[in-house]
Amino acid sequence: MTHHETCRTDIPKMMEISKVVQEGKGQKSFFFNHHMDCKPGQFVMVWLPDVDEKPMAVSYQSKKEFAFTSQSIGKFTNEIDKLKKNSKIGIRGPYGNSFSIKNNACVVAGGVGLSSLSTLIDKLKNPLVIYGARSRQHLIYLKRYKSRNMTVTTDDGSFGKKGFTTDVLRESLKNNKNKIKIVYTCGPEIMMKKVFEICNKHKIQCEASLERYMACGFGICGKCMINDKICCVDGPIFNSQQLRKMHEFGSFARLKSGRKVTIKEYHSVH
Amino acid sequence: MLQTKLCNLNLKNPTILASGILGVTKERIGRIGKAGAGAVTLKSLCHEERQGNSNPTMFAYDGVFLNAVGLPGQGIDSALKDFQRLDNLSVPVIGSIYGYRIEQFDNVAKKMASLKPAMIEVDISCPHLDYGKPYYADAGLTAEVTKAVKKNSGKIPVSIKLSPNVYDIKEIAHAAERAGADAITAINTATGMVIDIDAKKPVLANKTGGVSGPALKPIAVRCVYEIYETVKIPIIGTGGVTYGKDAIEIIMAGAAAVGIGTGIYYRGIGIFKKVCDEMEMWMKKNKIKNLNEIRGCAHK
Repeated sequence: MTHHETCRTDIPKMMEISKVVQEGKGQKSFFFNHHMDCKPGQFVMVWLPDVDEKPMAVSYQSKKEFAFTSQSIGKFTNEIDKLKKNSKIGIRGPYGNSFSIKNNACVVAGGVGLSSLSTLIDKLKNPLVIYGARSRQHLIYLKRYKSRNMTVTTDDGSFGKKGFTTDVLRESLKNNKNKIKIVYTCGPEIMMKKVFEICNKHKIQCEASLERYMACGFGICGKCMINDKICCVDGPIFNSQQLRKMHEFGSFARLKSGRKVTIKEYHSVH
Repeated sequence: MLQTKLCNLNLKNPTILASGILGVTKERIGRIGKAGAGAVTLKSLCHEERQGNSNPTMFAYDGVFLNAVGLPGQGIDSALKDFQRLDNLSVPVIGSIYGYRIEQFDNVAKKMASLKPAMIEVDISCPHLDYGKPYYADAGLTAEVTKAVKKNSGKIPVSIKLSPNVYDIKEIAHAAERAGADAITAINTATGMVIDIDAKKPVLANKTGGVSGPALKPIAVRCVYEIYETVKIPIIGTGGVTYGKDAIEIIMAGAAAVGIGTGIYYRGIGIFKKVCDEMEMWMKKNKIKNLNEIRGCAHK
């Protein structure tokens, strides 16, 4: 009988923000001078005392620092947006599984979902990046990925191609000149479901990073269940084989109470 | 070797998933059964949907696990649709219920009973102010709740889950037994607080929460020991059981079966099988053929 198991610790540590970078309108990256030992696609739990604690993807990672990128969309992210250099917030993690790292890859990102894919893009050899957002002001990391093979779409045509990422993906896979073998995706679930279906049609492997309401981040509270999977520990990244069996993917999610509702209703609350 | 009789249930082993941990979906219950649990307890349900507290709601350090989830739940009506029935799953399922007022316990018990769980567990630890005191802290109120649930549960055995946050847990257990309870689940978490000295604030959004994990075990063992001396009905000993030796210890204090909750955090869902293997190993070494030989032996 070993007892090192009960030494396990998951409690937020207050960390000082070393740098704040404005990425887009209402989108900021918060940096910490701390090495976060994590893999592409993993996330941390961010605690803002008196407000809330939420999962955030690690969006920059080096030996010296890491960051997460937040988009103001609600009470928590609006408060995060007010934080300045030297402010302290609580961090615990990293949590979750990670993307496989395979070349001949295509990365399909929607909105701030790009932040969950960014440390993966940093590790891939010349992936084809398809990145879409509502409009120009919602685009992030344009400078960061200037030298990357990236196709940008906007719903309103204010930057890049007018249209959707899935249109570009369909086009790219049609003759598959790029010899794409795997597609990584993160963004609105409706988009990811389409990406998954397009990949199925072309018999190409897909990995999607899903989002559900989370509390613990370590698989105990059961809030983030998707079918029989626990999003925070079995995921957040699921591959084609798993997604095929997850009937709730693209259709249902559970509210904070545990009640199962349509994805649309879920997004109107969380 | 580990077969366990609990009221009218025959369990393949004494380990039971405690309420509030996982067990949310029907699909998940099967997985926990396959992982080796003798029975599975659902998250507590009440008459209405509850969102629970804001985060942080749980964290752990140094063998202490603290949570204040605030009894989130989809509500019994939504659960009826979600589960449909509980008697056709691969493992016995215990339905956990609570209410704010006695009438609500009535109602929720009746609905839970219609799902045909193997047992109904009553969480009387929910603090509410209608009676000035929470149910768990008062022998009279505990008896009233027990009667209300028994009246609506038919032949399904009822276990009352007690809180350690009381002056005399024996008195409460005795009241539950006299009111018709078929079993006692002991214990719920002990109230605690952790303050982050850099944030200068309690870490839990709710400020206080329930301590579980290894830190709770000595309190659970003491409570089970005291209750065993007071009542004749079986006890589901719950609190900090993480290893086979912990299960043996709480059975020696008098537990008929053993609840495991936070242990999953430390050892994963495989904990049920691991604890059973460790118990068998200890039993073989000590030439114990079945658990009845050691149940309550610490009292002799």
